[in-house]
Amino acid sequence: MPADFNWAIGGEAGDGIDSTGKIFAQALSRAGRHVFTSKDFASRIRGGYTAYKVRTAVDQVQSVVDRLDVLIALTPRTIEENLDELHDGSVIIYDGERTTMENVEIPDGMIGLDVPLKRLAEEAGGAIMRNVVALGAACEVANFPIENLDSALEKRFGSKGKSLVENNKEAARKGQDHVATEYDHDLEYDLETTDSDYVLLNGDQAIGMGAIAAGCKFYAGYPITPATDVMEYLTGRIEQFGGHVLQAEDELSAINIALGAARAGARSMTATSGPGIDLMAETFGLVATSETPLVVVDVMRSGPSTGMPTKQEQGDLNMMLYGGHGEIPRLVLGPTTISECFWKTVEAFNLAEKYQTPVYIAADLSLAVTEQTFPPEAFDMDEVEIERGKVVDEETIEEWQNEKGQFTPHAITADGVSPRAFPGTADGAHMSTGLEHDELGRRTEDTEMRVEQVDKRTRKVDTAREEEDWSPREFGDPDSENLVISWGSNEGAMEEAIEFLEEDGVDVRFLSVPYLYPRPDLSDAVDSAENVIVVECNATGQFADVVEHDTLSRVDRVNKYDGVRFKADELADEIDAALQEASQ
Amino acid sequence: MSSDVRFTDFKSDKQPTWCPGCGDFGTMNGMMKALANTGNDPDNTFVVAGIGCSGKIGTYMHSYALHGVHGRALPVGTGVKLANPDLEVMVAGGDGDGYSIGAGHFVHAVRRNVDMTYVVMDNRIYGLTKGQASPTSRKDFETSTTPEGPQQPPVNPLALALASGATFIAQSFSTDAQRHAEIVQEAIEHDGFGFVNVFSPCVTFNDVDTYDYFRDNLVDVAEEGHDRTDYDAAKEKILDASKEYQGVIWQSEKSIPYSEKHGVDTDMSQIDDGAPEGAMDLVREFY
Ligand SMILES: Cc1ncc(C[n+]2csc(CCOP(=O)(O)OP(=O)(O)O)c2C)c(N)n1
Ligand code: SF4
Ligand SMILES: [Mg+2]
Repeated sequence: MPADFNWAIGGEAGDGIDSTGKIFAQALSRAGRHVFTSKDFASRIRGGYTAYKVRTAVDQVQSVVDRLDVLIALTPRTIEENLDELHDGSVIIYDGERTTMENVEIPDGMIGLDVPLKRLAEEAGGAIMRNVVALGAACEVANFPIENLDSALEKRFGSKGKSLVENNKEAARKGQDHVATEYDHDLEYDLETTDSDYVLLNGDQAIGMGAIAAGCKFYAGYPITPATDVMEYLTGRIEQFGGHVLQAEDELSAINIALGAARAGARSMTATSGPGIDLMAETFGLVATSETPLVVVDVMRSGPSTGMPTKQEQGDLNMMLYGGHGEIPRLVLGPTTISECFWKTVEAFNLAEKYQTPVYIAADLSLAVTEQTFPPEAFDMDEVEIERGKVVDEETIEEWQNEKGQFTPHAITADGVSPRAFPGTADGAHMSTGLEHDELGRRTEDTEMRVEQVDKRTRKVDTAREEEDWSPREFGDPDSENLVISWGSNEGAMEEAIEFLEEDGVDVRFLSVPYLYPRPDLSDAVDSAENVIVVECNATGQFADVVEHDTLSRVDRVNKYDGVRFKADELADEIDAALQEASQ
Repeated sequence: MSSDVRFTDFKSDKQPTWCPGCGDFGTMNGMMKALANTGNDPDNTFVVAGIGCSGKIGTYMHSYALHGVHGRALPVGTGVKLANPDLEVMVAGGDGDGYSIGAGHFVHAVRRNVDMTYVVMDNRIYGLTKGQASPTSRKDFETSTTPEGPQQPPVNPLALALASGATFIAQSFSTDAQRHAEIVQEAIEHDGFGFVNVFSPCVTFNDVDTYDYFRDNLVDVAEEGHDRTDYDAAKEKILDASKEYQGVIWQSEKSIPYSEKHGVDTDMSQIDDGAPEGAMDLVREFY
């Protein structure tokens, strides 16, 4: 169990919560500490409660827990919202001179530090820096060298001028001094620093970076929470690598523009969330039928309809596995960590081109908006491999021409994969269509050809199933009779839950499944376990259904659909309870 | 590009199944001539076709082509052109495809001004689904789904284009083979989004907007001394509901294609064997 420290800042949307939290996370990362952040934000720009939480330890942290050690509360509501997580000895930093905070009550057993944030900020050069004063105060409470905060402030404000940076540094010191001189609590925290260099990023950024690493040159998208960060990340960066980002008029357009770029031979991508996936469904079938390599990212949020746009859910699995009319061959990858968001994106591009098929990346809000530290080697660009599949050129195209010299882009082949000629290739002119077609890509309703083409497209997925590695990620005790299965962002919480469970004398084997279609055969694992629990963030247990279907066994389910990700300690309790119920 | 390309090189060996006399034959012939005249060949040409009788054009022409879903041809063409600017991109579809289900894309494609050509085969009817009212059908045009006529004013596609900031607006008539080919050729040569609305009569389901009707009512702006670069004159013609105009009605002298504005000028199909050079800088940014 990491000796962890849990910190948060909360207030109203528009209070600068996000950027303040980010500065603190950055300071910790620069001090060689691992960080895991989570956001609790409302979708309104002003008016809603919002908080940014940071969990930090010397060892890697990959989940949140139900505990807060230090809270910067800009509003009384911030304290109310976090009562469950605050504990005896928790420190609450607040500005008692703020009208709304004058009569605030610090719960029994907790330590309230009244710091005149606004007044001290004004002394340092402007009220706007009051959150930075609070950060300085937090450094003092946590025994964290303030120079690390300086470094994060430089990164954040450096481009806006030296004096701004200096003012902020001073603001932080005023907060620090205030706590040091006014309070005399015996605070036990000691945030040790190390020499390690870490990078701090979220899942959307990792997906964007993975796309560039994989040679993606074209992105078309339409803004939607929580996928917008992918587009914002790529904008201004992909151009440096010869690519382009286009903001389309809607998702119907976005996927069709991305499809056009892919037809022209570019590695191409679009990203959206549930509502956009719905709009893209018709074209998704076209992408598959025309055998076009395309990567489509669904950063899931709570649905259906507009649902809870800024809340966690893994409710689109069925849509990605089965969505669209007719029977659409497809691949579905589901990264389970932020670094895997990078690697699965690279893999998605290779698979898309090797099998000339659309590939879904099933990410979720918790992966997308969470920032986590990694050693930079976790994104070693030298490890990136590019496989483009059966691309033909002027010379090799002859092998794929019929007796009339016509190119056959949908040739029936043993592995199901046909040759691909980029437009511009001499003697490669051909059409492709969403209509059923012959080997030349021309419409047909010939019964035999229909069956051959359907079989061929299905065969590609069979080939992929045989050729590629679809293994789950394995954790815990391989011999345990308690098997837990999950997918997506639950991996981190579950990995840590294993440690909590161990402390209570419960052992589990945990399989985290990053491939949703094709997916690993879990039959042996399920058969050899006494208790099987599938953990996921939806109400009906979509992945549990799939596991039951695949293994022909019944499983137990732990589901969460309140809009909040699993916390490690909470998940451990739920697993424990499920195991006890099963043994009764 | 070879100079000895003939327009028949753009013909596929698939026999069109359009009804005999359908306007789409002439529309397609003119497009093929215009492509050949502008020095293109099938291997550097990409045709994107919509869904409808008109959309079958992708099958009857020989070139790189995608026949997509109903109403989304323009976005596909946009992606193709931006990913490989060396390709000649020609988007073709019906009036329903372009002005009804795809109307949103039309507005935005016009605004974007990507250097491609958009040919709408406007028969003022839904041909493929056997004769329902289209967005350009007349107010009192009786069809199976509008027994009293749509009772809505038809969309004026040229006005819609103008209002969206078009840089090239033209109209042609599929049987006036020579003029039609010339006009499409000018759209291809235009530096930006070249839009041509082609009267392409449906002989099976539209007995109002017929060959005879267009022959009797068509006025060629070229014969009227119209100045295509005069915005007000263009606007007047476009809003004049009393006549059917043929010719290039508006061409902006200030057209800057999307690719030039955004510096998108490489063939994106070519990539490195591994991560691109400098990719590790992306990681370092997150320190
Ligand atoms: C999403 C969707 N809705 C409806 C259809 C049925 N449909 C096919 S073509 C068409 C209208 C075609 O009219 P137009 O674009 O004018 O082409 P035309 O046949 O007249 O050339 C319709 C409604 C479809 N293919 N897809
Ligand atoms: S139905 Fe009309 S538009 Fe369709 S092919 Fe026949 S004549 Fe042409
Ligand atoms: Mg029509």
